[in-house]
Amino acid sequence: MNTTQGVTVRVENCAKTFADGTRALDPVTLDVARGETLVFLGPSGCGKTTMLRIIAGLEKPDSGGRVLFNAQDVTRIPIERRNVGMVFQSYALFPNMNVAQNIAYSLALRGAGKAERDSRVAELVALTGIEGLENRNIDQLSGGQRQRVALARAVAMRPSVLLLDEPLTALDAALRERLRGELDRLLRTLGITTIYVTHDQSEAMTLGDRIVVMRKGAIAQVGSPRDIYFKPASRFVAEFIGAANIIDAVSDNGVLVLPGGRLAVDKTGHGQVAAMIRPESIGIISPEAAFLVGRVASVSFTGDRQRLVVDGASDKPLIVDASNTLAVKIGDTVGLTVAPSAIQFLQGA
Amino acid sequence: MTHKFFTRLCLVPLIAVIAAFFVLPMLRVIVVGGSGDMGLHAYAAIILEPRFRATLINTLVLASVTTALSLAIATIAGLFLQRHRFPGRALLVAMLTFPLAFPGVVVGFMIILLAGRQGLIGALSLPLAGEKWVFAYSMQGLLLGYLYFSIPRVILTIMAAIEKLDPSLEEAARALGAGPWAVHRDVILPALMPAFIASGAIAFATAMGAFGTAFTLATNINVLPMLIYTEFTLSANIAMAAALSVGLGLVAWAALALARAFSGGTVAAAG
Repeated sequence: MNTTQGVTVRVENCAKTFADGTRALDPVTLDVARGETLVFLGPSGCGKTTMLRIIAGLEKPDSGGRVLFNAQDVTRIPIERRNVGMVFQSYALFPNMNVAQNIAYSLALRGAGKAERDSRVAELVALTGIEGLENRNIDQLSGGQRQRVALARAVAMRPSVLLLDEPLTALDAALRERLRGELDRLLRTLGITTIYVTHDQSEAMTLGDRIVVMRKGAIAQVGSPRDIYFKPASRFVAEFIGAANIIDAVSDNGVLVLPGGRLAVDKTGHGQVAAMIRPESIGIISPEAAFLVGRVASVSFTGDRQRLVVDGASDKPLIVDASNTLAVKIGDTVGLTVAPSAIQFLQGA
Repeated sequence: MTHKFFTRLCLVPLIAVIAAFFVLPMLRVIVVGGSGDMGLHAYAAIILEPRFRATLINTLVLASVTTALSLAIATIAGLFLQRHRFPGRALLVAMLTFPLAFPGVVVGFMIILLAGRQGLIGALSLPLAGEKWVFAYSMQGLLLGYLYFSIPRVILTIMAAIEKLDPSLEEAARALGAGPWAVHRDVILPALMPAFIASGAIAFATAMGAFGTAFTLATNINVLPMLIYTEFTLSANIAMAAALSVGLGLVAWAALALARAFSGGTVAAAG
């Protein structure tokens, strides 16, 4: 089970226009490496699910688009012969079959004998941690258990590629976080090429080897979680992933000129810029020693940290994540410091 | 006036209606059924008397075949109608419920116009096949009439159930390798089972008790409602008619109760 399985996936020039003329997806070209976990991330309606359904074979790309598994064109092969494992947001477990029958369904379709099915089911319930539930009906399972059955069912026939469409969205927050960790461990164990669709950025960060941020049917950025977080290519990506301060200001030979003072930056020349600073990159220091000062407008203590909103320093209020032990209250004047390397300049909108 | 008292007060009309139109006449029918010359043996006679037994079996077979055929036709048609959008679809769906508007006599009349001695089928078959096909007054004619009013009852329930199916169930089955037949056999038909049971029970109970169509067509064959009618009006055998009524009611009620037990209370009253 530890050997890397699965195929390389190439999406070539795939666009999708629905019958009513709605353009769901602009032409996209993308490569997924063998064993890689690629996450499509974006707000609803960004085209990420359409992308997944094209790869699955549930939707046909507009003419000119191709989907290749291991360099073989599978565009015309229907989903039932593509050998893709799929997990749906609703799980889509068959209510007329018990857990074991659900998991073994793909094997039964392929004519596997009872012994073979039983041993594969035993292997998969152990892997997903649902031993003892084999004979349960689906309506006797909790949400988390259903999710695991759906996953076990999807990988039972050793698919070429595993496709997951918002598999954790239907669960409550605490369970979602726990299963995210389990899912990550499981995907690494299986080593299968995985394509994962979500609107949840922390899910994308945890699970993705690479993240494809999508917006309005087009790719906004492709990169590793770190790239996406620290080097967002656009204002949209910066704001969609985590909290971000985006400062519109004039940069003048290595200095960002702000209403509350100035910040040193790694940028020469003169001009209007959009600079992104993450809240945790801003340090709080004494105002006397600072080149940039502001006034604390709000303090929210969240236990692990406190999130401040600081007015007067920039063109708009700055969000600052400060240590949970810092003594600070509304109305205080504070000094702000940011390492030049933590300031990322954004292009375009 | 307390809220509780008010709520109970609201029950009074219901209790009055149930007592006046349901419980009392029913009890009376049961008592009358056992008070004829044969006494309580009238109930046993439904099974023991060959003429009655044959009629009961006839009716059961007719109602069962009607139910099975209605389900088969309505499922195929319902799946098609629910999955395809085409011009005139709304009109077609509306027309499917058309037969609900007709009394049984009109349905019987239409079957006679179609397959009677002067019927359309006979007029067409004579030049084409060399003989006049007349089956309006046979079991087939009766079956055709029963299908005519059963299919609308069944198809609406089934279409509603198909609409409620999670489309990802079918997609999940296909992803796992299921072709069209396997998808229907393993996923879609099992998911529709509650709708089959619910609408099938109604079709069965309605077919058991249908009178108008039988009255128009059943000249050579006997079905239970017709038998009750002849015992009651022609033979003036009121006790036997009452006993047969109770028997008919029990069979229809059992079918509905069984369906309700299987499908969790979604069975509506028979139309």
